[in-house]
Amino acid sequence: MSAVLPISESVEPAKGTSAGWLDAAFEQLTRFFALLVFSLLAAILISLVIGSQLTLDKYGFRFMWTAEWDPVQENFGALVPIYGTLVTSFIAMLIGVPVSFGIALFLTELSPAWLKRPLGTAIELLAAIPSIIYGMWGLFVFAPIFQIYIQPALVDAFSPVPGLGALFKGPPLGIGMMTAGLILSIMVIPFITAVMRDVFELVPPLLKESAYGLGATTWEVVWRVVLPYTKVGVIGGVMLGLGRALGETMAVTFVIGNAHQLAASLMAPGNSIASALANEFTEAVSDVYFSALIELGLLLFLITTIVLALSKLLLMRLARHEGAAT
Amino acid sequence: MSKVMRFMAAIAAASLATAAAAVEITGAGATFPYPIYAKWADAYKKATGVGMNYQSIGSGGGIKQIGAKTVDFGASDMPLKPEELEKSGLMQFPTVIGGDVPVVNIKGVAPGQMRLTGEVLADIFLGKVTKWNEPAIANLNPGMQLPATAISVVHRSDGSGTTFIWTNYLSKVSSDWKSKVGEGTAVNWPTGVGGKGNEGVASYVQRIDGAIGYVEYAYAKQNKMAYTLVKNKEGEFVAPNAKAFQAAVAGADWKSAPGMYLILTDAPGKSAWPIAGATFILMHRAQEKPENGREVLKFFTWAYDKGDSMAEELDYVPLPNAVVNLIQASWKAQLKDTSGKPLY
Repeated sequence: MSAVLPISESVEPAKGTSAGWLDAAFEQLTRFFALLVFSLLAAILISLVIGSQLTLDKYGFRFMWTAEWDPVQENFGALVPIYGTLVTSFIAMLIGVPVSFGIALFLTELSPAWLKRPLGTAIELLAAIPSIIYGMWGLFVFAPIFQIYIQPALVDAFSPVPGLGALFKGPPLGIGMMTAGLILSIMVIPFITAVMRDVFELVPPLLKESAYGLGATTWEVVWRVVLPYTKVGVIGGVMLGLGRALGETMAVTFVIGNAHQLAASLMAPGNSIASALANEFTEAVSDVYFSALIELGLLLFLITTIVLALSKLLLMRLARHEGAAT
Repeated sequence: MSKVMRFMAAIAAASLATAAAAVEITGAGATFPYPIYAKWADAYKKATGVGMNYQSIGSGGGIKQIGAKTVDFGASDMPLKPEELEKSGLMQFPTVIGGDVPVVNIKGVAPGQMRLTGEVLADIFLGKVTKWNEPAIANLNPGMQLPATAISVVHRSDGSGTTFIWTNYLSKVSSDWKSKVGEGTAVNWPTGVGGKGNEGVASYVQRIDGAIGYVEYAYAKQNKMAYTLVKNKEGEFVAPNAKAFQAAVAGADWKSAPGMYLILTDAPGKSAWPIAGATFILMHRAQEKPENGREVLKFFTWAYDKGDSMAEELDYVPLPNAVVNLIQASWKAQLKDTSGKPLY
């Protein structure tokens, strides 16, 4: 926003004419739309806080690190869904970011011209698939393959390794946090790729050609020229993907196993905030139960805000380092 | 919470009000009876011209909507306790019977072959019995080849009336289950994975070797799943079929159940299926819009009268006539308009 304002200030519309009047009206209208975003955000936050008043009073901060979730005794804690949300999103990013980077790199630097368009369209199509399709595909197609072929191999390979072994333990069920993370990674790839490709294409050819002219390899050009030039956009793309992973509901619900149990193993069933909400809202009869679910929503809101704030901080730090280096 | 709910209810009411231009009664709640309510509504509209709009938003939602008076009736798979009815000024009555069936996936075990008791089911779902060849199961199934496979428990991940009937049954037959877990449309499961809906549970059970889960009777029957026999109160091992459900209904004592609060689990009767339950309708005792209330009663009178064969087609069990008479007597006694005149 701050980049736009100076322009409107420096170029004053001609006052008194009908065009000037229209301009002013248009400015007010767009300002209203922009402020609408803030008021919506505030309204959502306020209604979440009001809705979760009961459990906020009852449990306080304890809510965040209690693992128990017992609708019968009305004891609620959010540790399991918070843990599941963070772990599945982390797996998704761990796989999604490098793969998206590779795809975007290939599309902008290496791909023959005839392949660029179909490949680009395919990625945009992937982004348009509704999440429930990913969920059903994950449950009926991916999970059995994962269970029979991949999971036993992973367990065999990692279980003797100290430390890592605990992450890959347990019977191969085909569903669980690992499966959810893998499905999520497939879902975020098109988003991150699309943004990365678009910003990579913005790099002036002059810069790249100069680097090539100095004898740089493709990798060096991408790593030393393209990436530094586009880092704001790249981080923005990653954050867009992370936002989708954190809030994804249907696809995760299908494959995460929906168990309110804390398990170190990635193979074990778990739960995520969004999928707990989707599962339990319909039959949340008691007031405390309902309030606990609303507070889960509030926590998801806060997690997303923290993630966004951290990414802004990261960008600011990067900008400062840049200043120091040159 | 109530403020948020009222706001949401107001929006729902506004959208419903615009939809209901002509005579149309509205209801919302349980998902389990949705297929039969939809079928009845369709046939009723053809017969009388009066439409019935039922939204299957879940029992919890149904109870909230009738509480906020945005619908003419609410529907719940879990009956409200008499004191809850008193507090909210509601009355309830059952419509059709359904129930749960345990389904398994064990190599070499055909549908209807394995025998289980309520106690063993509770121990399995508590995570105490963990292998299929443990003595607790082997003793019930002499001569059967049982594998040493680990038992994987599958339960519902979404809140559900199916879960309520299941956990209510386990609470009745196992004091351990009652004290550690209890009953409800959602509970704190000690073990296992959760599938969304009957289809989610079914697909996990079919996928995981050594799995056991529970699904609605109609779903198990239509998908020909590997059900087990369960020992009932009289000590007989029975299979889940229409007869066994009717036997469970016949043995029930509705007359002495205050507020019709009756769950048909662990029902008496030699051939009764032990895991059955009715689904309920909730209405306000004092009807602010008596003309709508009267239409609702007309609809259910018609359904009890003409809807039995439709229910059976969809594998629900209709209520016996004696119970219907009791229900209609309770309408007479409890449903009044604002001036105190009976509705029925």
